[in-house]
Amino acid sequence: MNIYGIRAIYHFEMARTFRTLWASIAAPVLTTSLYFIVFGKAIGSRMGDIDSISYGAFIIPGLVMLNLLNESISNASFGIYMPRWSGTIYELLSAPISWVEVLMGYVGAAATKSVILGLLILGTARIFVPYEIAHPLWMIAFLLLTAVTFSLFGFIIGLWADNFQKLQVVPMLIVTPLTFLGGAFYSINMLPPLWQKITLFNPVVYLISGFRWSFYGVADVHIGESIGMTFGFLVICLTFVWWVFKTGYKIRN
Amino acid sequence: MTTNNSAPIISVNGVNKRYAGGFQALKDINLDIKRGEIFALLGPNGAGKTTLISIICGIVKATSGTIIADGYDTVRDYRAARAAIGLVPQELHTDSFESVWATLKFSRGLFGKASNAAYLEKVLRDLSLWDKRDSKIMALSGGMKRRVLIAKALAHEPTILFLDEPTAGVDVELRHDMWRMVRELRAQGTTVILTTHYIEEAEDMADRIGVINKGELIVVEDKAVLMRKLGQKQLTLTLRQPMTRIPAELAGWSLALTNDGHALVYSFDSQEEETRIAELLRALSKHGIEFKDLRTSESSLEDIFVSLVHQPKGALS
Ligand SMILES: Nc1ncnc2c1ncn2[C@@H]1O[C@H](COP(=O)(O)OP(=O)(O)O)[C@@H](O)[C@H]1O
Ligand SMILES: [Mg+2]
Repeated sequence: MNIYGIRAIYHFEMARTFRTLWASIAAPVLTTSLYFIVFGKAIGSRMGDIDSISYGAFIIPGLVMLNLLNESISNASFGIYMPRWSGTIYELLSAPISWVEVLMGYVGAAATKSVILGLLILGTARIFVPYEIAHPLWMIAFLLLTAVTFSLFGFIIGLWADNFQKLQVVPMLIVTPLTFLGGAFYSINMLPPLWQKITLFNPVVYLISGFRWSFYGVADVHIGESIGMTFGFLVICLTFVWWVFKTGYKIRN
Repeated sequence: MTTNNSAPIISVNGVNKRYAGGFQALKDINLDIKRGEIFALLGPNGAGKTTLISIICGIVKATSGTIIADGYDTVRDYRAARAAIGLVPQELHTDSFESVWATLKFSRGLFGKASNAAYLEKVLRDLSLWDKRDSKIMALSGGMKRRVLIAKALAHEPTILFLDEPTAGVDVELRHDMWRMVRELRAQGTTVILTTHYIEEAEDMADRIGVINKGELIVVEDKAVLMRKLGQKQLTLTLRQPMTRIPAELAGWSLALTNDGHALVYSFDSQEEETRIAELLRALSKHGIEFKDLRTSESSLEDIFVSLVHQPKGALS
């Protein structure tokens, strides 16, 4: 096991974050704070509680999830896309390091970064909206699992993309809409029955529901289903990554 | 690992490469590199030099064939094989935002070595990069970036160093620094394999030379042997009285007039008996041709190279 190699990649990626502290951490925290101000303070007071949770508090898990998904994907995809784009990937390819180790470096750093971001957003939310966390360990577990899974997903996108546009298309056109429609701002029980059924095909519903359950103990879908789906995604991403490395897809000529 | 010093440090066996598009870039390459030598791989653009290096280093997959580096199969035991190899790529691929020092630390770690600031400092000083250690790479000139790539390749103390056209587009100062460094590395026991367009460099530096053309390795030879084998020698006689044409009696000799008839040039194969020269000189004095100076010169590696690449295959042996 090339521990030094994993550490080198991890540090390289974390250094990149701190170099661009403003764009990678401060900007999402600020943007999300606006939601808490608008929905937690201004409009939230005019909205009814959902599942007897104040509206400002209700949207916190969904907003954290939204950031977690987007950041995990964009961090990891950018991380592996950059060396492909600049040509510095020659060094990774010629190093005595396995793809599992490369993955640990990139995915580890991307997940670390988005977990830090998630916690910062949670901390910021506390300034505007009072909330409790009923199951802190589950909350952390969901945070970690989701960050790792979607960093894996991002890594795959970073290997697949052959231009910067493709890099952004998945987070923007798929993940963000799925999150907005996945119950970040409402309970899916508020939808008409047909839409409730359709919404259950949206995988993000299970992530948000489970995450919200760890805060308030209430959920749109059964917590077991959320846990199952979260692990399911992890397994799907791992399998796909395994296939990518096995076939050398888009990596080695 | 084999500790036998006479065993080749790299052994390329029957390597073929067909790119995805169907283009065959390498055809049945067999090549042994000796431990501790400087080996120059010459060939025109598109010959397959970079492809061969990339396969040995693990960047490109061979379609068939095997490679042993430092005693390890480069595919099956890729970790051990790659740990022994450093690569300076042909293109200036660098991270823009990293500092020189950070990128060096990264390279050393990536190749599985614990950090060693003293060693990295030495590498940077040897390459006149120490003053630039905190500079962002993007702020450096092309020549400086090339040095950074060399430093990165050396960061894990490899025993084999590949330099893929290291002096293409590089200023004279860096070229000299680079060759001094290559000689020092060899003195320390590092094996150096380089490709170059500057044939004088191969002529100056290399112990052995391989010529590759259209994916085929057409010759691998000791530099001196190669030059002896294929070299043409020329005898130049500076004449006391200029001539307008070569006398008909000397038509049997391969003579040419140059320098407005002030010099007579005799070309001969270096392997031929040198006694022919004495014979020529006798013939000249018989015809009253006097000369005030004479010197011989050998054809350069460049001439050899051009003649090799333009010869039909098999004409060499
Ligand atoms: N990725 C690739 N796909 C298809 N053909 C390639 C690729 N890389 C190189 N080639 C072709 O293989 C041949 C050898 O290229 P290369 O090894 O770079 O030559 P050299 O380094 O001797 O100039 C060239 O004709 C080049 O166009
Ligand atoms: Mg080349």
